[in-house]
Amino acid sequence: METTVPPVFGKEKGYGLHKLALVFYDALFYLSGSDLDRDVLNVKRVICTLGAMILTLCLVLGSIACGKTRVAISTTTSLYDTGLWGVLEPMFEQKYGVDLDILRAGTGIAIEYGKRGDVDAIAVHAKSREQQFVTDGYGIERVPFTYNYYVIVGPVNDPAGIGEMSPEDAFEKLFTDASSRFISRGDDSGTHGKEKTIWAAAGYDYDTQVVGTGAWYVEAGKGMGDTLNMANEIRGYTVSDIGTFLAYQGELDLETVVDEGAILLNVYSVLACNPDNTNSSVNLEMGHNLVIFLTSDEVQKIIGQYGIEEYGRQLFIPCAGNEPTP
Amino acid sequence: MSEIWDGLVKAFQLICTFDTTVMSIAGKSLWISAASCLIATAICVPLGSVIHFNNFKGKRLLISTVQTLWSMPTVAVGLLVFLLVSHSGPLGILELIFKPGAIIFGQVILISPLILGLVISALNGVDKLIPETAVSLGASRLQKAILTIREARYAIVAALIMGFGRAISEVGLSIMVGGNIARYTRTIPTAIALETQRGNIELSIALGIILILIALVINISLHMLQRKRV
Repeated sequence: METTVPPVFGKEKGYGLHKLALVFYDALFYLSGSDLDRDVLNVKRVICTLGAMILTLCLVLGSIACGKTRVAISTTTSLYDTGLWGVLEPMFEQKYGVDLDILRAGTGIAIEYGKRGDVDAIAVHAKSREQQFVTDGYGIERVPFTYNYYVIVGPVNDPAGIGEMSPEDAFEKLFTDASSRFISRGDDSGTHGKEKTIWAAAGYDYDTQVVGTGAWYVEAGKGMGDTLNMANEIRGYTVSDIGTFLAYQGELDLETVVDEGAILLNVYSVLACNPDNTNSSVNLEMGHNLVIFLTSDEVQKIIGQYGIEEYGRQLFIPCAGNEPTP
Repeated sequence: MSEIWDGLVKAFQLICTFDTTVMSIAGKSLWISAASCLIATAICVPLGSVIHFNNFKGKRLLISTVQTLWSMPTVAVGLLVFLLVSHSGPLGILELIFKPGAIIFGQVILISPLILGLVISALNGVDKLIPETAVSLGASRLQKAILTIREARYAIVAALIMGFGRAISEVGLSIMVGGNIARYTRTIPTAIALETQRGNIELSIALGIILILIALVINISLHMLQRKRV
């Protein structure tokens, strides 16, 4: 039995490109299982080989980054899900001629990205953690740019009867009432932080008296939209920022039961990341540009009007760099 | 159940109108996974044949380890790669994080054990008579290897298809190291995850259907390539 073993890497004359083409040619036809007869060269084979080479070239080139500067920011899921960035992103990109990459992340990981120098700025709503971020040298300055209020939402006929109460009293009622269930973000987000603050104000120690004390307290471990969906499914109560709630309200059987209380103040701030402290190529100039952009009169006006047309009410109140008072 | 039908209808609509968002997400998924698959193949086919043709101490342990790695959860690989390519990680200087390059890097790590293990199995399945005969006729080691690979081509292409399937359908890694950035690192599975969270069930189902269609087209093309005599 004679088996001819065609030489792939045999000694052939030719330039590098010719040899490269031969590698593609051989690989293609070995894979296809045809009887490879190198002496047969027809148009079909040439086209197939060229096609394979061009395809590979495209794949390789496509992997190489090219184009405008990319600026990455991480933002909290609550802010992202309201769709506000959908309006602001093209404006920023056009104004500064960059590609803005927005990472939708829980506040915890959004801040972590900032600490690692993976993003150029962060836009979150966790005041004490933001201040710590600046104190530790990861961020330049905490600049509040808009605010709204959290609301406590629940099933449509308010089975626990907490409507019109203050947030602290409402939480106390939910704690003591045996049949009501509470869904927590459970993900160390800004909203979760606010929820913990309210528990503390109501006089409960979060870690010992609230977490893991029974099926009534559900830790979702998800973003705001998803948590609202869960509250909807199991007919429970949860804390939400007004923006996300209005955006999802159409698909849910939930309503706001408590929406007044100084403790419900929700302030969003933008912080440019500090390249010195993160050993990386953080784009400080663009970070600053983002801060200037978000506090500029034009953008503040747009933020203030966002949502009026669609939901009939303001979603965000502009505050241009000043700390709002409840 | 009506949602699935609505999803089918929406998928049909999106494909026929060449909806730009969906097309760009699909194209992105396709080229990222194709690149990962090609790179992993280029690494694993030679590596697999080296492992197969040589007997060394610990060979069976190595193969067992490779097969154990098939069960790596994609989020775990995602976390590992994130720690590597984050700016505060060892490979931070490559500036891969939150770019398609990071997803490709991670997917190569993810699917290499799979392709390697299956290539070794494929080569094992070739009748030993063939390479032995080639050697007796004067084939060099390289030529013997290439001949055996050629004999095992159907099984090897099946391995590639499997690797590609795993790459194009994974979520955990893409979200962690790609960041699910709109129009940049959003793939079909990550888009499905996001749209489901937002309650857009119809769109999620449509995207799922499109993903399956892509896989179908690729499989059919590869089978046709294998059968046709060009």
